[in-house]
Amino acid sequence: MNDFLMKLWDSRFAVAAVILFAVGFVTLLLHRNLIKKIIGLNIMDTAAYLLLTSLGYIENRLSPILRGDDTDPAHYVNPLPAGLVLTGIVVSVSVTAVLLALTIRLYRRYHSLNVDEIYKMAQKEHGV
Amino acid sequence: MKKTGFLERLRDWDADRFDLTEKTAGDMHPDLSPKPLKQEIPDAPLERLATRGERAFDRLYPVLALVLGTVMIVFLFLTVLDLPPYGAADNPAHNEVTARYLGSGTAETGAVNAVAGVILDYRAFDTLGESHVLYAAITAVLILLLVQSDAPEADDPGARLMERDPILTVTASVIAPIVILFGVYNMLTGHLGPGGGFSGGAIVGAGLILLSFAFGPHRMKRIVTFRTFRIASISALCFYSVSKLYSFFCGANGLHTIFSPGTPSRILSAGLILPLNIAVGVVVSFTMYGLYSLFERGRIG
Repeated sequence: MNDFLMKLWDSRFAVAAVILFAVGFVTLLLHRNLIKKIIGLNIMDTAAYLLLTSLGYIENRLSPILRGDDTDPAHYVNPLPAGLVLTGIVVSVSVTAVLLALTIRLYRRYHSLNVDEIYKMAQKEHGV
Repeated sequence: MKKTGFLERLRDWDADRFDLTEKTAGDMHPDLSPKPLKQEIPDAPLERLATRGERAFDRLYPVLALVLGTVMIVFLFLTVLDLPPYGAADNPAHNEVTARYLGSGTAETGAVNAVAGVILDYRAFDTLGESHVLYAAITAVLILLLVQSDAPEADDPGARLMERDPILTVTASVIAPIVILFGVYNMLTGHLGPGGGFSGGAIVGAGLILLSFAFGPHRMKRIVTFRTFRIASISALCFYSVSKLYSFFCGANGLHTIFSPGTPSRILSAGLILPLNIAVGVVVSFTMYGLYSLFERGRIG
C-alpha cells in the first residue's frame, strides 16, 4: 500500500491529469447542454497539457532560456514538450471557436441548447 | 413586463436577428435559405411517442457512460503507475533530441530561447500548420456567423450602455495601450526570452478586445476593418509559407541561405525567427479579435 502511494506521489502530475481528464470526459458524456459539453472538452484538453508539461520537467534545472555560453543540456529542462503544448493550445482554441459557432447556429434555429431536444426537432423537421 | 429573465430577453433579441438574417440570405439564394421554424416549434408537442428502444437507451445511457468512464479511468491509472517518476533526469523523454536542441540550438538557430528555436526553426513546419489551423478555424466561424454587411445593426441595449460607461472608457484608454505594447514587446523578443508570436499575439488580441468593449464597433472600425483583417492575416501567412519554403529548399539541398543565426542575444539575430514571430503574432492577434467580433456582432470590424 505504501509503495503504491509512493508510486502515485512520484507521478503526481500525471495523476492530476488523469483526474482532470476524467472530470472532462464525464462532463462531456453526461451533460445534455452543448455549452457544458464544450467546457468538458476543454477540461480534457487542459489535462493533456498538464501531462505533457510535467513530462518535460526535470528537478533542479533551469528553464530552457540559455544563459550566456552555457549550452550544457544537463543544466536545462526539456524544451520539446513546451512546443508541443503550444500546438495543442492553438488547436484547442480553434476547435472551441468552431464548436461555439456551430452551437450559436443551432440555438438560433431551434432555440434550445439541449442535445436531445435539438435532435427531436431535427427529426420532426425532416419527417423521420 | 411579462418576460423579465435575461435568457428570455436574449432569446427575443436573437429571434429578431434570426428573422432578419434569413430574409437577406433568402433574397440572394432562395433555394439555400432554410425555412424559419419559429412559428412551428414552440407550440409543437415535443413528447413524440418514443419507441421502446429509445426509452431504454435514455435510461441506460447514464449508466453506460459512467461504466465507460470508470473503465477508462482505471486503465489510465494503471498506465500512470508505469510512468517514470516526475522530474527525474533519466526519464526516456529526455533523449538525444533534447540534448541536440539545447546543446547546438543557439549556434544553429541563433535563438537564446530554446523553445522558440524548436518551434520556429527545427519544427517550423509544425507551426506553419498551426497558423493555418487558426486561419481555417476563423474561416469556418466566418461562414457560420457572418451576417450581411449592409444589414442594419442589431439593437443591443447592453452594448450601448457599455459604450457610454465612463469608468470602462477611461480605464481602457489607459490600460489598452500598455497591454498592446506589452504584446508587441513579447512578439519582438520571442527569441531572447519567454514569449513569442503566439503569446504576444494573444495579448495584443486581448488589448483589441478591450478597446472594442470600451469604444464600440463604430470607433473600432478606425483600427480594424474586414479589409485590414484579410490583408494582414493572408500576407502574414503567405510570408511565413514563402520564407520557410526558401529555407527548407536551401537546407535540403545544402545551399547557402541569406538568413544567418547572427550574434545570439542581440535583438536582430536568430535569422528567420524574429520575422516569423511577427507573422505568427499578426495572425494570432487578428484571429483573436476576429473571433470575438464575430461572436459579438456577426462581422469583423
